[in-house]
Amino acid sequence: MAVSKSRIDHLLLKYEIEQFLYQEAELLDERQFEEWLDLLAEDIRYWMPMRRNVKFGELDREFTREGQDISWFDEGKDTLVRRVNQILTGVHWAEEPLSRICHSVSNVQILKATPSMSQPTEVTVKCRFLIYRNRVQTETDFLVGKREEVLRSVNGQWKIAQRKIILDQNVLLAKNLTFFF
Amino acid sequence: MTTTASSGGVKLLVDAKAGRISRELFVNEDIYQQEQEQIFARSWLLVGHESQVPKPGDYFVSCMGEESVILCRDRESQLHVFLNSCMHRGMKVCRYDEGNTPVFTCPYHGWSYATDGKLVGVPFYKDAYHEKLDKSQWGLVEVPQMCNYKGSVWATWDKSAPSFLDYLGDMRLYLDLLLDGRDGSEGGSEVIGGVQKWTMPCNWKFPAENFAGDGYHNISHRSVDMVGIGPSGTSRRDLGEFAAARRVNASFPDMGHAAVCDLQDENATYVPTYQNEPAVEEYFKQVSEERKRRLGDKARLLGLVGTVFPNMSYLARQPRSISVWHPRGPHTTEAWRWFLVDRDVPEEVKEMLRHYYIRYSGPAGMTEQDDMENWNYAHAASRGPIARRHPYNYELGIGAGRPDVPLPGMLTERINEENARGFYSGWSRAMEAKN
Repeated sequence: MAVSKSRIDHLLLKYEIEQFLYQEAELLDERQFEEWLDLLAEDIRYWMPMRRNVKFGELDREFTREGQDISWFDEGKDTLVRRVNQILTGVHWAEEPLSRICHSVSNVQILKATPSMSQPTEVTVKCRFLIYRNRVQTETDFLVGKREEVLRSVNGQWKIAQRKIILDQNVLLAKNLTFFF
Repeated sequence: MTTTASSGGVKLLVDAKAGRISRELFVNEDIYQQEQEQIFARSWLLVGHESQVPKPGDYFVSCMGEESVILCRDRESQLHVFLNSCMHRGMKVCRYDEGNTPVFTCPYHGWSYATDGKLVGVPFYKDAYHEKLDKSQWGLVEVPQMCNYKGSVWATWDKSAPSFLDYLGDMRLYLDLLLDGRDGSEGGSEVIGGVQKWTMPCNWKFPAENFAGDGYHNISHRSVDMVGIGPSGTSRRDLGEFAAARRVNASFPDMGHAAVCDLQDENATYVPTYQNEPAVEEYFKQVSEERKRRLGDKARLLGLVGTVFPNMSYLARQPRSISVWHPRGPHTTEAWRWFLVDRDVPEEVKEMLRHYYIRYSGPAGMTEQDDMENWNYAHAASRGPIARRHPYNYELGIGAGRPDVPLPGMLTERINEENARGFYSGWSRAMEAKN
């Protein structure tokens, strides 16, 4: 049975994107924060809204609004660099000693590729994340949710241009968010 | 010293004069339970902000101590605060965080309450109750006293409590520095959408005390000062206006309130702070000059931080915000934070402030993360029987001179733990008070 070229293009792209996301997770989990910053586009939008309990039929109010409301994160590259630099001071007590973190990325879906699946320069991706954090002796957090992101090809390298992080919690059950999603 | 409050020993646990506070206050289960009755069921507590419920039918679900309450605006535009619990079997009548509704209908048996709290719907009222239920007696439990003070909404479960303004006393002057307009006009603040809510593994008094005026914990924030997140990109709060000023702490030991402020020198002029963004800089210069025109010499007073006893804390200038430290057992606190701006602030200024608030405060806040780590492990290391034998040391600045400035409260200058000592004096009184 012949497999159509478009299906192969999709498969190859999905594989490539998955590899990129796994490598990104690897850098974070191995605490190579500066190398991780290199994966972010200069104009990155890194946004993690808060979630409300709202009535059925009013789900448009569930998330705090981008560009208007308070969020957990609403960052460009400048503050992400500062966050990394803060960890690298060695006196950021909330990450000193460093947490043990494991990022699991799954359910990767290619939602859109422009201009085409065969020669994409920009790809819209949705995935799931499971972040396990353990720090000091017994402190443990599980943060689970979805990510929607736009990856952009810059000189043959994928860069993260947009990342929307949807955490499946209302009251945040972690005492802080000193790590990256 | 293992005396607990229930055996009549609160006084033994707090020696504010000598600067000794027992660790039992933070970790003891009996004391925690007693706080629920003596403090949270009786004090004035911050519930929300009027800008969260602008229209009739609007509601915001909040907390008073451990208990869920509903702040809502009825059809006549009156504000109410109700216990969020059905009078029939106790089910929460509202499990949404905020919204607009004509009635709160209990999902268990269907009792419905209007936004003024009246019981308006009872299923099978004729067939099963035979119309014998006196609906007028079974409305939602409403707080006996509520106060909308410059937009901030407060309530108490104690009907014999003094009025909110009496409770606040002269602390009002400092709280106004949070709630009044940046141009010196009265009130006029609004909440930016979205209240941060998160859990912290420590007793609620750690953050309350810290915000009462811990000017000593600079090392906590060394990392953020090194990387710089302030409005002009340095330190954590690089507000130049504080440079030519005296740092004054004001304590109200009778009530437990405390504030920190800066009294600018008489000849102080406006200091640019937001140079990175010219439009924002222009705005702050303009409102600062307007404030000076409006308030004259009183404009020299700039707010910093404070705690209104027991669990409402604020940052008056930047990042301008209110927090409430909800108790969730002796070892856990649920923190809520509201961020404020002036209602008429230009969009681009609001945008800059919103970003600053987010990178400074809360669980993703580069400043507060380190505070929470300290409160977390200070609490954890205070729970054991050996640790409990050793009171915390609050001696810093005992006997230091009082600054001669015309401000209310028990005043100290710069780094001093008088505000914390005052907070626990107020705590001690509240715990012993008969009414």
